[in-house]
Amino acid sequence: MIDIQLLESTLDAQQCISFVHSNDAGGIDVFIGTVRNATKGKPVLRLEFEAYEPMAIAEMRKIAEQAIEKFGVKKIALHHRTGILEIGEAAVIIAVSAPHRAAAFDACRYCIDTLKEAVPIWKKEIFEDGEVWVAAHP
Amino acid sequence: MMKISLLSFGIAKDIIGHRFLDLELPAAASVGDLRSMLVQRFPRLSDLASVRLAVNGEYASEYLPLDENDEVALIPPVSGG
Repeated sequence: MIDIQLLESTLDAQQCISFVHSNDAGGIDVFIGTVRNATKGKPVLRLEFEAYEPMAIAEMRKIAEQAIEKFGVKKIALHHRTGILEIGEAAVIIAVSAPHRAAAFDACRYCIDTLKEAVPIWKKEIFEDGEVWVAAHP
Repeated sequence: MMKISLLSFGIAKDIIGHRFLDLELPAAASVGDLRSMLVQRFPRLSDLASVRLAVNGEYASEYLPLDENDEVALIPPVSGG
């Protein structure tokens, strides 16, 4: 079972955990990506996330389906924020339940690593003196 | 000629100047043809680490022929998570 959400409001880790909780799972692994206050030593004021929404949701679903197929995990919740995020807020939450912990860890890592490569979501860092789309230039 | 709509995101939107742009292309144009046309018209696109094109919500190969009314998205390097 898969729960994919792209939200403009605060993400709720407990909601992700409740979704993946299952009596036949022996473990739940959760990854929370949060907004860091600096990049290469330069203070970041806030972030802005933009998404190609229908495709982002479809790509997140594909990743979750691949993770279930590859690692034999039970349930995955994958929630991502859009809009303006302040320092410390959660940008992404991934929760995975599995019969045993190794599969939960592996699937969770696969989801975040693949999301960062494939899902059409863009992050802009806002600094004191300007703003930069992350990873845009080589 | 055929009409397609181009959607741009992130830095690609800043370079193109619009979220939505309607384009007229030769009838048999492929994704690669559209890419060449865009790079010629907006040279700053070639400064980016990568630019992928998605057609109707799926990443597309350069050889895919475009159809009238396709929605093509310009996908600069993604940075979610």
